[in-house]
Amino acid sequence: MTRRHMLLLGPLLLFLAAAYLIPFLGVMRWSVTLPEPGLHQYRAALTDPLVQSVLIRTLRICAMVTVITVAAAYMLALIWVRSGPVARLLVELCILIPFWISVLTRAFGWLALLSNRGVINTWLQQLGIIDWPLVMVRNEFGVVVGMVHFLIPFAVFPIATAMRNVDERVLMAARSMGASRTRIFWQLFVPMTRPGIMGAMLLVFVFSLGFFITPAILGGGRSVMVAELIYLRLFQSPNWGLAAAMSVVLMAGVGVLIALMLRQLGERTAR
Amino acid sequence: MAGSPGKAAEIDATGIGKSFGTFKALTDVTLTIARGEFLTLLGPSGSGKTTFLMVLSGFEPPTTGRLMLDGRDMTDIPPEERGFGMVFQGYALFPHMTVEENIAFPLKVQRRGRAEIQRRVAEIIEIVGLGEHRHKRPAGLSGGQQQRVALARALAYEPPVMLFDEPFSALDRNLRTQMQDEMRRLHRETGTTFVFVTHDQEEALTLSSRIAIFDAGRLQQIGPPRDIYERPENRFVAEFLGDINVLPVVNSTLEGRAITVNGKASGDLAIRPEYMRIALEAPASGNAVAARLRDLTYLGGVTRLNLRTEGGAELVLSVPTADLADGLTPGTEIWATWSSERAFML
Repeated sequence: MTRRHMLLLGPLLLFLAAAYLIPFLGVMRWSVTLPEPGLHQYRAALTDPLVQSVLIRTLRICAMVTVITVAAAYMLALIWVRSGPVARLLVELCILIPFWISVLTRAFGWLALLSNRGVINTWLQQLGIIDWPLVMVRNEFGVVVGMVHFLIPFAVFPIATAMRNVDERVLMAARSMGASRTRIFWQLFVPMTRPGIMGAMLLVFVFSLGFFITPAILGGGRSVMVAELIYLRLFQSPNWGLAAAMSVVLMAGVGVLIALMLRQLGERTAR
Repeated sequence: MAGSPGKAAEIDATGIGKSFGTFKALTDVTLTIARGEFLTLLGPSGSGKTTFLMVLSGFEPPTTGRLMLDGRDMTDIPPEERGFGMVFQGYALFPHMTVEENIAFPLKVQRRGRAEIQRRVAEIIEIVGLGEHRHKRPAGLSGGQQQRVALARALAYEPPVMLFDEPFSALDRNLRTQMQDEMRRLHRETGTTFVFVTHDQEEALTLSSRIAIFDAGRLQQIGPPRDIYERPENRFVAEFLGDINVLPVVNSTLEGRAITVNGKASGDLAIRPEYMRIALEAPASGNAVAARLRDLTYLGGVTRLNLRTEGGAELVLSVPTADLADGLTPGTEIWATWSSERAFML
């Protein structure tokens, strides 16, 4: 990279420092100074039963969301990359239109669909399929649905890129050897798109760890995730030191994850 | 891999045509690929040679015509069921598998026994000389080594027909020659029918027992390399394969001098550069045309001469250096001669 390229990066670096780095350093300072200097807020963040249960729930929801999102995105990307123009257009519309709608609107949209008096329950009751509404919001189910829907586009793009990089002739070679479509898919296509899958999983998992609006609306305060807990500790039962310590722990966890995944990706591409 | 010519197959193509929309990629191609032969499909890009290979492989169903394999109709049989070996441009190796796993893949597809797979993989790795690389992945191999893996993988299951789509186009010249030798050896040892697409005429001449020349979606000529080179059936074939001199003849007369021609008396007379000689004086009899020497290039054993006739036709001659008089310089007025059995009318 030349000096001029570095200069072009300058404004961005300044912006990142002003908007993220400096505030984050402030948060780190709170975490070791509020209400008094020391590491006790970290001890609380890691041992407090409430915080622990929220962290475990967060990890569980994020893991489920990641698996479901990436699996769904893989199927969508497959249609997008490898089928005819009509199916392709349909997938593009289904991915891109929600992508441009605000997260808040989408969360309320799901509320309208899934709540006890929502569209789905009303229809099912009118059709006589159920007597009592299915509980689909104010629980983890609603949170997972909302998060998966929000995150799918982010997973489709890296997976589709990996799929486009698959050499068609490799698949033809396998067909000429008599390999069935199932075998080609599982033993060749999926392993060859692995970098895309890994990238999508990382992106979705990291993104989902910090989710706030969707769990707050669709979880209805019953399946609190870590970002919501941080918010509560800041504004409802204030303990800024603990909120700051939780933020730092979350940040550190994300950092470690990204480092691990990048290393794995690097090793695979180097070989 | 002792030769198993019993497994080699014969292919009969009749009236094969292939259209993509209004574009006709192939028109009425009829040819027979004999059991165990090495046939090269040669032509410029866009000539239809690769399309014809794709029709043979089953990846492109023909729009018209039938394909027979050992007398059985295979026109509508998908590539998975043809059991042909294919080697692609760019090798098409499985990037996430080692050399051994790549070669074992088709054998696993065929559900061969574990012990047999191990034995066969070891055997073929030995034949293509990749013993020390067996646990590497394709990305860790050179171009030539990857090419060998592709060959080994296709040969491993002893297919009745091997199809090659310009497999050597990415290799440098030395490696190419080496791989061509290897191809001939493998063809001899396996006895399988080989069909090889290339746009490199030298490669076609070196490798094949017969060459099929394609242009504009049509089969122009098929035959042994020597026949095609020495007896081209039309102007395209004559000019595509090697250099050739073409001179307009009217009523057995060329630039005012009577000459002997075979076949028709008027048309384009074609003579290969190595079948023409020069004379310093007008020969008393025989075929000759007056020309001025424009340039000469010393190439060791032979010297290449560029001439222009009085009528304005450009000639190229390839003459043994030993036959040339000393002191021949550009600008000299000379005569180009040839014997009539070496010339043909197009």
